Amino acid sequence: MCEQKIHDIIEKYRGQPGSLIHALTEIQHENHWLPHDVMEAVAAALDVPFSRVMQIASFYKTFSLTPKGRHEVHVCTGMTCHLRGAARLMEKVQELTGLEPGQTDAASRFTLGRGSCLGSCSIGPELIVDGKHYGRMTPDKVEGVLKRYE
Amino acid sequence: MLKLESSAALQNLRTDILARRDPARPCIAVCAGAACDGLDSVAVASAFRTEIAERGLEARLDLRVTGCHGYCEKGPNVVAGPDDVCYFEVTPEDVPGIVAATLEGGVFEDRVHKDPLTGARAVHMNEVPFYMHQTRLIIGDNPKIDPMNIEDYIALGGYGALAKALSTMTPDQVLDEVKRANLRGRGGGGFPAGSKWETTKNAPDETKYVIVNGHEGESAAFMDRAMLTGNPHKVLEGLIIGAYAIGARKGFIYTRHDAPRLVEHVKAALAQAREYGLLGDNILGSGFSLEVELHFDVGIFVSGESSALMRSIEGNPPEPRPKYIRTSVQGIWDKPSNLNNVETWANVPQIIARGADWFTGIGSPKSKGTKLVSLSGHVVNSGIVEVSMGTPLRTLIFDIGGGVRDGKGLKAVHFGGAMGGSLPANLIDATLDFDEMSKLGAPIGAGGLLVMDEDTDMVEVARYLLDFLVKESCGKCVPCREGMWQMLKILTNIADGMGKKFDLDRLADLAEVTSLGSLCALGKTSSDPLKSMLRYFKDEYETRIAAGRQGQ
Repeated sequence: MCEQKIHDIIEKYRGQPGSLIHALTEIQHENHWLPHDVMEAVAAALDVPFSRVMQIASFYKTFSLTPKGRHEVHVCTGMTCHLRGAARLMEKVQELTGLEPGQTDAASRFTLGRGSCLGSCSIGPELIVDGKHYGRMTPDKVEGVLKRYE
Repeated sequence: MLKLESSAALQNLRTDILARRDPARPCIAVCAGAACDGLDSVAVASAFRTEIAERGLEARLDLRVTGCHGYCEKGPNVVAGPDDVCYFEVTPEDVPGIVAATLEGGVFEDRVHKDPLTGARAVHMNEVPFYMHQTRLIIGDNPKIDPMNIEDYIALGGYGALAKALSTMTPDQVLDEVKRANLRGRGGGGFPAGSKWETTKNAPDETKYVIVNGHEGESAAFMDRAMLTGNPHKVLEGLIIGAYAIGARKGFIYTRHDAPRLVEHVKAALAQAREYGLLGDNILGSGFSLEVELHFDVGIFVSGESSALMRSIEGNPPEPRPKYIRTSVQGIWDKPSNLNNVETWANVPQIIARGADWFTGIGSPKSKGTKLVSLSGHVVNSGIVEVSMGTPLRTLIFDIGGGVRDGKGLKAVHFGGAMGGSLPANLIDATLDFDEMSKLGAPIGAGGLLVMDEDTDMVEVARYLLDFLVKESCGKCVPCREGMWQMLKILTNIADGMGKKFDLDRLADLAEVTSLGSLCALGKTSSDPLKSMLRYFKDEYETRIAAGRQGQ
């Protein structure tokens, strides 16, 4: 689907072992996950052992080793959102999507995640879908928001 | 744009920009900070754009989309110049009214601040209670700046401090000024920035690095992102001045990847500074050169820790290392590396421009200048606040914050996120001062201040914070990885009414071992919230354990 783009990213960092995180981040943003063969190609091009690529890819939370849904849904679980009822919001999102945090549904519509403090504490609790922030969220408003994403 | 080749050229450019601008022409500033954005300020900005275009007002009215103004609770915020009329909770429907009023030099009454009790109105920024108790030295320019336009920053005197440093001061004089100002690190420790700079400057290696830590992983802290997103050039100017003093030729900005506007603004700021000759080779014709690279955290709290952050810049997993040699001596690729937080760097230009004597005139005896505070939790007015060091917490929470939500009583205030501490309500006359707050067991940290109302369950708060840290531990130090896990189990039991008689002693033991046996602050201070709880709220824990036992 975006093989050419992935190829370009890898080529940009060829021979630069210090740019491993940059390369993986860009691929993650483009492709939403890191397939095994792509990581092997990164290892070969940047001249780092495959084990190092795996170490980085499995350690940082941004990287996903499994395919993600078309839309990424985050419930902020930072401290202010927590105090203001993020747990009830998360329950509602789980009920509506049938997902646990970290999971993707069978139709690849949503991937559910937790975000720890995304910096909009003043309007917490909040729901973030594909980077768009929905502030002052209440459980009864969730369905209306999720409906907009097919 | 031709490269500026001298300080005089910068001054000429500024004169030129000011000559092109009519100070009497009104400008409408729409906040696009993180909170206003979440309240759809994009729709408000686009309504202004349409209104101006449809009525052909381009020549009579300017529109500026800016970074965070501060009063996030009342977003979307709009400030209409030239005399700073503040409008709150603005909707697209209000736009024609605001435009008409602004053109007439009047006020659109529907959206100005009204006191909820007395109904008294506050029109201008300096009359709004949220703003009038603040000293907004570094965040105050935000409403006047389009972060994507370097000329807005230059018009306000931006890069003047850099020009002054490069053309009239030696690196030693710059360092001396920062040391005399007693600028203390705003990222958590409160360590004197000047001493840190000096260590890196004096380290034997020729290659040195300077770093902006804009990771801001502390829960409920959001002011650094507001600063860096809203006024990236101020932070960059501070960094360049620091690099000059220290003798670094390369700098890094390390920040979050998950805030698209932040990334866009910092990238644009770097590109424009290069284009104007304020970054890169031979800055302002001084012979001093600096390159700055942008790096992103990829989603783990510990990478905000200095040695872990440096490992991350190298492309390695962010595991902290022992600090018997400090990162100021051996940091990135084992070269001397000076790291300061966003807010610390943002303070540097004004210290150079206005002098250490001016700076030390603000603040408390040992903590100088102002501090940015993210005010959130159960507070009426949440947002980003900048006050003089030494301001009583009471002013922050009641005069600025408007007190506790829903008419409830105050139970506690919490500073410093997951590694901070909670203070009971009877200590809120304490002042915002690095040393005073540390002594009380609630170090300022980066400046996230959380207000907790009378219904807050303190056992649950400690459990929540520890749960967060357990997930964020990098796992290198066993006492951190396993000790926190055991503490969390005990706390969860207490919270669930299954606490046992000696649980609090066991917690104290584990807390001690975890603190002593971990390399970085995450493990060392992981039990600080718990310690503050056992200092001020022990009754609540004992009652909970006792009640649990009776129920069994």
